[in-house]
Amino acid sequence: MFDPQKLSRLKEEKKEWDKKVQKTLEKRPERKDDFTLDTGIEVERLYTPLDLENWDYLKKLGFPGEYPFTRGIQPTMYRGRLWTMRQYAGFGAAEETNQRFRYLLEQGQTGLSAAFDLPTQIGYDSDHPMARGEVGKVGVAVDSLKDMEILMDQIPLDKVSTSMTINAPAAILLAMYLAVAEKQGIPWSKLNGTIQNDILKEYVARGTYIYPPRESMRLVVDTFAFARENIPQWNTISISGYHIREAGSTAAQEIAFTLANGVAYVQAALDAGLKVDEFAPRLSFFFNAHVNFLEEIAKFRAARRIWARIMKERFGAENPRSMMLRFHTQTAGCSLTAQQPEVNVVRVAFQALSAVLGGTQSLHTNSRDEALALPSEEAALLALRTQQVIGYETGVTDAVDPLGGSYYLEELTDRLEEQIEEYLERIDNMGGAIAAIEKGYVQKQIQESAYRYQKDIEREEKIVVGVNRFVSEEEPPMDLLKVDPSVAERQVERLKETRHNREQRKVSETLQNLRSAARGEDNLIPPILEAVKAYATMGEICGVLREVFGEYHSDVLL
Amino acid sequence: MSSKTVRVLIGKVGLDGHDRGAKVIARALRDAGMEVIYTGLRQTPEKIVEAAMQEDVQVVGISILSGAHMQLIPPVVELLRENEAGDILVIAGGVIPDEEIPYLKEAGVAEVFTPGTPVSEIVSFIKNRFGMEENSQV
Repeated sequence: MFDPQKLSRLKEEKKEWDKKVQKTLEKRPERKDDFTLDTGIEVERLYTPLDLENWDYLKKLGFPGEYPFTRGIQPTMYRGRLWTMRQYAGFGAAEETNQRFRYLLEQGQTGLSAAFDLPTQIGYDSDHPMARGEVGKVGVAVDSLKDMEILMDQIPLDKVSTSMTINAPAAILLAMYLAVAEKQGIPWSKLNGTIQNDILKEYVARGTYIYPPRESMRLVVDTFAFARENIPQWNTISISGYHIREAGSTAAQEIAFTLANGVAYVQAALDAGLKVDEFAPRLSFFFNAHVNFLEEIAKFRAARRIWARIMKERFGAENPRSMMLRFHTQTAGCSLTAQQPEVNVVRVAFQALSAVLGGTQSLHTNSRDEALALPSEEAALLALRTQQVIGYETGVTDAVDPLGGSYYLEELTDRLEEQIEEYLERIDNMGGAIAAIEKGYVQKQIQESAYRYQKDIEREEKIVVGVNRFVSEEEPPMDLLKVDPSVAERQVERLKETRHNREQRKVSETLQNLRSAARGEDNLIPPILEAVKAYATMGEICGVLREVFGEYHSDVLL
Repeated sequence: MSSKTVRVLIGKVGLDGHDRGAKVIARALRDAGMEVIYTGLRQTPEKIVEAAMQEDVQVVGISILSGAHMQLIPPVVELLRENEAGDILVIAGGVIPDEEIPYLKEAGVAEVFTPGTPVSEIVSFIKNRFGMEENSQV
């Protein structure tokens, strides 16, 4: 990279400079003894070409849109098209969320992202005893196809892309979406969107699992196989580090555990007889944009490089699309504070900027009130406007990977890559991600990091503005979103009506077909689709699968 | 009293899977010299109370982030009272709006800890109630 003569001159000069600095330090010490990241990487005072002495540009970075995709997955990145601005939304019954969706689209949002309530995510109908108090709270309640019809009412499914945060029952929600498209007269081949469908991280971080890991993997692979034939534009999975990070992991752990899960999905699909280049181009990822600005940018770049290498070298992918790590980003919910919540607007803006400088394909910016409640309409709009300012005003979109070549950033990218590789190797040696999860290794690692993070805050080694420093008298609380308490009653009423009005014989028949398929080896998506179209409920369909697959109970590790 | 170790049950009621806070607090209480049992996810009020009785705890800490706290926390206190275990101290933590805290306290919750609360404050709260020495720090 650099002229050796000039480098040796630089080395001399740097030594001189270091000496001068030592003198300065005697008079004026630095703020801290060491500047260490949560990953344990020690940050040097200054980075120069000496740090990149043997660094091979073509091998490490290459060109945007080309292997190893460090600089981005498209050749022109945001000069061609900005990222998809996709705000996660959902609460109450389908009517309320449909209204919020249409509002966000009118405000210039370019994709939808649906949040479902917890009973939906865990496969209980709204009138199940476990659903007590939870209906419509953290997302929209979906009990049957009826609710999905209302949720997508007057939304042209061939023109928007829809992301659904749904995991254990992902296949069911996807089937509902397909059924609605059919009713709107839209061919499946025109549908664009994503189901999260990433069950492995549920066991370690997010908690909405239903069935045991190995049975759940079958459902995931079935969606891959079904989508390949029927919905070629659909992202069949969003392999998520977001929640791993929210649960307390470091940046390196976030990427390592996510890519390890990715490897497990690829392996499961290969074992089921799929060919790598047939499904890998539809894999997508989801990461967190956390508080350390440059570490996050380096993290995104390292993740792309490692995934490309895994797909090419380990799995023998030939299609470059199989090697491209495409990802959605959400700013860090866990970094938001209930204290001085207006300050969250600033946090979100920096985090969002790191995602953009890291080359994200889509982005959710959190609302300032999310440490207190679900976002109000006003707060959600401000969060969307934040993305629009980055995209249209700041100019960071003018050149591809504008920070590429920064001595610090490249060094940090390399160091994170090393750490991530170490974790990946350790997990491989344990027998892969599923085994590592079953052993509790991943959970334990995340817990340790979370505890360390909290201790750092309590010892004020880590400063959170407004929480452990710069605390001010609380200002009056802002207007928070309240979910209408009558939602649960309305939802249960609609559910009862749906159960009453459908053709019962058809429901039992389709559920019986699903049961037989689950006991055998056929792809489960077609029988799920039939049951959904017969207006079988979420609870009934998941109930059949619970019966056949059993339920997962996590070991409590402390 | 101070010679006896305080036993605490940390429980997740409702369906949300966010147990970073619950686990961090469980660890911190344990490091502060208490005996801690963590229930794991998706507990009903009935199951929490059953575990509290079985484990013979003096404190039940409920963590919830799903917004179902108004429906799920008061039954824990009621059920404890019905089981003649009304002397067990019930505390709660999570995303709980300020205006709902008085209602929970009236229902018998001793204290509600909201986001940003230092763990050391929760440790001190329990220690003070049970006359434990303030020495170890988180």
